[in-house]
Amino acid sequence: MAHAPDFRRWLALALLLILAVAVPPVLAALGQGFYIGFAARVLIMALAALSLDLVMGLGGMISFGHAAFLGLGAYVVGIGSWHVFDGAPLPFGLAGSENALIVWPLAMLVAGLAALGIGAISLRTTGVHFIMITLAFAQMLFFLAGGLKTYGGDDGITLYNRSQLAGLKLSDPTTFYYLCLGLLVTVLAVLLRLSSSRFGMVLRGVRDNERRMRALGFPTYRYKLAAFVLSGMICGLAGALLANASEFASPAIMSWQRSGELLVMVVLGGMGSLIGPVLGAVALMVLEESLADLTQHWQVILGPLLVLLALSARRGLWGWIKGRDGAP
Amino acid sequence: MTEPLLHTSGLVKRYGGVIATHQVALAVERGHLHALIGPNGAGKSTLIGLLSGEMAADAGHIHFNGHDVTRLHVHRRARLGLARSFQITSIFKSFSVLANVVLAVQAHAGHSFRFWRPAVRDPALVGPALAALDRVGLADRRHHAAAALSHGERRQLELAMALAGDPAMLLLDEPMAGMGPEDGRAMVDLLQSLKGERTILLVEHDMDAVFQLADRISVLVYGAVIASGTPDHIRTDPEVRRAYLGEEA
Amino acid sequence: MIAQLFIEQGLNGLQLGVTLFLMAAGLTLVFGIMDVIHLSHGSFYMIGAYLTATLGARFDSYLLGLALAIPLVALIGMVVEWIAIRRLYERDHLDQVLATFGLIMFFNEAIGMIWGAQPIFLSPPESLAGTVELVPGLFYPQFRLAILGTGLTVAAGLGLMIRHTRLGMRLRAGASDRAMAGALGVNIDGLFTMVFGLGAGLAALAGGMAGTVLSVQVGMGESILILTFVVVVIGGIGSIKGALVGAILVGLVDTLARTMLPVALRATMAASQADSVAASLSSTSVYVLMILVLAWRPKGLYGART
Repeated sequence: MAHAPDFRRWLALALLLILAVAVPPVLAALGQGFYIGFAARVLIMALAALSLDLVMGLGGMISFGHAAFLGLGAYVVGIGSWHVFDGAPLPFGLAGSENALIVWPLAMLVAGLAALGIGAISLRTTGVHFIMITLAFAQMLFFLAGGLKTYGGDDGITLYNRSQLAGLKLSDPTTFYYLCLGLLVTVLAVLLRLSSSRFGMVLRGVRDNERRMRALGFPTYRYKLAAFVLSGMICGLAGALLANASEFASPAIMSWQRSGELLVMVVLGGMGSLIGPVLGAVALMVLEESLADLTQHWQVILGPLLVLLALSARRGLWGWIKGRDGAP
Repeated sequence: MTEPLLHTSGLVKRYGGVIATHQVALAVERGHLHALIGPNGAGKSTLIGLLSGEMAADAGHIHFNGHDVTRLHVHRRARLGLARSFQITSIFKSFSVLANVVLAVQAHAGHSFRFWRPAVRDPALVGPALAALDRVGLADRRHHAAAALSHGERRQLELAMALAGDPAMLLLDEPMAGMGPEDGRAMVDLLQSLKGERTILLVEHDMDAVFQLADRISVLVYGAVIASGTPDHIRTDPEVRRAYLGEEA
Repeated sequence: MIAQLFIEQGLNGLQLGVTLFLMAAGLTLVFGIMDVIHLSHGSFYMIGAYLTATLGARFDSYLLGLALAIPLVALIGMVVEWIAIRRLYERDHLDQVLATFGLIMFFNEAIGMIWGAQPIFLSPPESLAGTVELVPGLFYPQFRLAILGTGLTVAAGLGLMIRHTRLGMRLRAGASDRAMAGALGVNIDGLFTMVFGLGAGLAALAGGMAGTVLSVQVGMGESILILTFVVVVIGGIGSIKGALVGAILVGLVDTLARTMLPVALRATMAASQADSVAASLSSTSVYVLMILVLAWRPKGLYGART
């Protein structure tokens, strides 16, 4: 009983990976090279959705403010680049930098610290309160970013250069695409492994029944907080990549609609499966792009589609691909 | 005589103006199967909540295994060896039977900030988990989804999870609730086999089972313990007969 | 001078407060009674403002426009409840967030298609266009006072309705125990539709009034919606009293922080720098307030204790 879906699962994963690798040459051959940049953005949003699934799908914490971490990551890259161009020193004697090996980990660190603060307070609550508090925190950062007059206020920062990464030419769309793919696949593999580890078991236990977990002797708060921080860091990395992809960092990245989109990606793809949200990101962004080609008022179509999605079954795209299976 | 494993003194819990637990003094001796009975609304659930740490007492003290646990969180009490089962079956439905018990073992196996090795393939967790499953007779069902178990099997799984952490004391909240006669008998046999080996505080409605199993019985009425003693003593206690067994006795 | 500014901005804060209360009352009832997170509540506010503007222009009377917009939006609300929201009662919060997120997209785009992307302006009635001298030297617009009065009147009316009428009794019964209320013969489906319509109507009233102070544009619903969430969370989900207290608090804190912070900061730093720092800080003041309240009481000021 366990083998058939398992086989199907690995086959599907292998096919998806081959497809992802084939995207740039196929697009180039079709004369649609312009879309390689779009494809990279899809992978980046997939990474962000994946980070959300870590807290939401595995841990049962519905965060409606994950775009904040995306924005923080983007701003770290943006501010680093701005200071390289401007030459003005940063506080604490720091200088601007465009070195990916400095700026990207810093983006993860900043987003992780923010997640630590936000999580420490938000996780005191559950359910509706948690959803709304995470939303409120994200709004707070959104407005704070808009108030950064030095860094363009509401208009944000334009990147003069993409980050520098030892010998790679990140301004080349294909190189950048494969770098994003590599990071996405790595994070996905690590998280898949993590989901069946002791830590992953605790998260899934909390999602199923937190009260029972406490009665078993688990101090659940610290595990949830750790997952929230890890998730924030991954989302921060996605933000750093996003700033590079669009060569731009602005408060709009942190808008609550963006947080909502991430939720949609996770649910559309299949919550808790980690792979699903990646597919969900692809599906939603491709759908948005094609609807936008169709009509300027594409949201009037997408909105009702989302209502239908919420009202229909919950297994998501990945559940549909891999078929029925038993418990882990 | 040695100190009881669990004892409370002057325990009080109020909801608004209603007193749900009134000056409860309860002592559970090591190795005993101590039953807690009382009519509906007597405050048994509240008392369980206070003992396990899900509710905070308004006054009084709870001592467990040499510690004052009155202000300790639920998980700290569990770590000290106070394991409980729930009245309404409370298992992890998306997990396999084995994974449920593995999780229970894991709770007592150090911290869980371990991110790499699959827990259900870790011998240090699976060994004790299988032993607990074996104990309740569910070993051959270990690979099934927990959601696929029958009601009686779920109650067995609850018990296996409580046993998995090798607890000093089991707090069993109506383990026979909703069971048919056959499953009920099996549970009585299981509890009988655990008796003497573990200290057990049993809350149960099935009076035949209680009087058959218990070393000691405490009777709770309107939040207060009105009598405590051996089954024979309780059977003949006039106050218990009047207040609890009432007209039907 | 400072005292005058303080009084004026305090009144502005109260006025934002009553607007928020009109929004929060509906939202907290929907939360508390139906256990539904309803993100598209802001859409009713927006539609209320647009309809008031259009109908007011058509009949050349702001008040008539507002009076027509409220029942129309209530009707729209009931239709939305009947088509979509009703299917969400038994679902978890995530489904509700997704579905109502979709509804926002739909309403925003649909409004944009009908009225265009440009903001439109809504003028208060001429009879209330003047000012009142509240204290010597402080002239305050009549219409803002009218908004304040209307909001407080509605708040009092809601309070009376919930405490003393049969509908209020059913609402309270429905909020505390849905199954019980059903068993007592309360028509739960009908009740929910009505509550939803009531909430939508209140939102339309808020939108129709606020539209005269702000501009009427797509997206106006979301900025007020998120503030309303803050109000509901601060007040405690399901509590009308909490909604009122929370709304006044948030209204005052937001408005006073925006106007008083620059004044305070200018005393310590250069004016341009002070304005920029103050702008940044003041827009986060209500969120800081919410975090403080929740750190103190995780269920809000008047939330049910567990």
